[in-house]
Amino acid sequence: MASYKTNEFKGGLKIMLDGDPYTIVENEFVKPGKGQAFSRVKVRNLKTGRVVERTFKSGDSVEAADVHETDLQFLYYDGELWHFMDPSSFEQLTADEAVLGEASKWIKEQDLCSVTLYNGQPISIEAPSFVVLEIAETDPGLKGDTSGGGGKPATLETGAVVNVPLFVQTGELIKVDTRTGSYVSRAKDE
Amino acid sequence: MLQDLRAFFAARGVLEVETPLLSAAATTDPALASLSTHWSGSQQPSAQRLYLHTSPELPMKRLLAAGSGPIYQVCKVFRDGERGRRHHPEFSLLEWYRPGWELNALIDEVAELLRLLLDQPGLGLDVIGYQALFQTHLGIDPLAADLATLQASAKAAGRNGCTGLSSCEDLELDRDGWLDLLMSQCLEPRLGRAGLTVVRDYPPSQAALARLRPGSPSVAERFELYLDGMELANGFDELTDAAEQRARFNANLSARRAAGQPEPPLDEAFLAALAAGMPASAGVALGLDRLLMCALGADRIDAVLAFPVERA
Repeated sequence: MASYKTNEFKGGLKIMLDGDPYTIVENEFVKPGKGQAFSRVKVRNLKTGRVVERTFKSGDSVEAADVHETDLQFLYYDGELWHFMDPSSFEQLTADEAVLGEASKWIKEQDLCSVTLYNGQPISIEAPSFVVLEIAETDPGLKGDTSGGGGKPATLETGAVVNVPLFVQTGELIKVDTRTGSYVSRAKDE
Repeated sequence: MLQDLRAFFAARGVLEVETPLLSAAATTDPALASLSTHWSGSQQPSAQRLYLHTSPELPMKRLLAAGSGPIYQVCKVFRDGERGRRHHPEFSLLEWYRPGWELNALIDEVAELLRLLLDQPGLGLDVIGYQALFQTHLGIDPLAADLATLQASAKAAGRNGCTGLSSCEDLELDRDGWLDLLMSQCLEPRLGRAGLTVVRDYPPSQAALARLRPGSPSVAERFELYLDGMELANGFDELTDAAEQRARFNANLSARRAAGQPEPPLDEAFLAALAAGMPASAGVALGLDRLLMCALGADRIDAVLAFPVERA
């Protein structure tokens, strides 16, 4: 089984800890002038997203995690599972709600998503940073309001709710930053 | 910084010296790894392995034994395997020796120099014993505690918010390893926060090249100086006993053998100089890159290097 020594540690390296795949967020080399050297790492659990710290003795080795990232196209949601396809191999994979997490609020058919595969199975999925979605429902704004302060909630076609300016109306397309869940601008038909 | 530093030593009658960076011998310290290269040429038909020094300590002590009087050196030193936020495989060291001085006098001189170089005339100096440091912050006696106590202390510190120790129970370390872990993860970040902190009187097992002070318990006449939670300098009341020195080198080699590390040739010229007689001296090495980090408020050594090794 592949493994990494502490001197191979760097940000982005995928390792196994306590049976779960982790990615190294930060690695710090710690060494007293006349003493034992250590690697102090911040690692993120790829399943839960939780970040923890670990300290290793320099020279120790850790099992490598069979993890890689790829872009998959979202095909459809069957009410229980989300179906994706690898656009180069046409291989299809499914993921459940736990894996989708926040991404389920933002993606629609044909969106290309960044997917982390562990032992060949998706363990986390990120929506594209920006998506264009249609407003399914929002209260009519006040006439004459062009921009101005404040805003109103709008329900999008995927069910997500974002705060939009008062002048934006039902049926319009808007661009949303999925990382913050915030309205960016109105979008022209594309 | 170098101008001020040279003026400081010139005014105090300390002679600047240069010793070779390359040597046929290398440090035996299991905690240090030497880089090496090969020398070949007209005078040297078959390539000879030469080590880049990890510190100029041994040749400088040969000068002391030859009667040089007080000396200092500014040079690059090389350490394999060291790279991080505060580590770089080559770095600048200031090392100096004071024949006939006690450790306390040297500690005061280091503080004087740092006040000058950092342009902080009022910078305070706090001296604490290694034992007292562990007793105050962790409630354990580092000289007496057994392995299990140290391990339990590290676990407890991890639970109490020392994040570097939050999952250390799987580590396989010896006594000194646990002490180093506690020191580097838990204690060091607190040192040098309100002026300079000097930690002194290390466990005999961490004496390196320091003289042991007999007593109960016996401690090593060694100090480290910290500023802003970072180690800047390491000093010794130098070991001058050639037989004891050879025994420590051999113990280092045994430890290296057990750990599967290379066993470099001993510096016999240095041992011969000790045997011929080196004056009792206090000596210290100070990392100039880290000092520059402190002076500039930089938190990465790369910020004070023109070209870090990855781009060298």
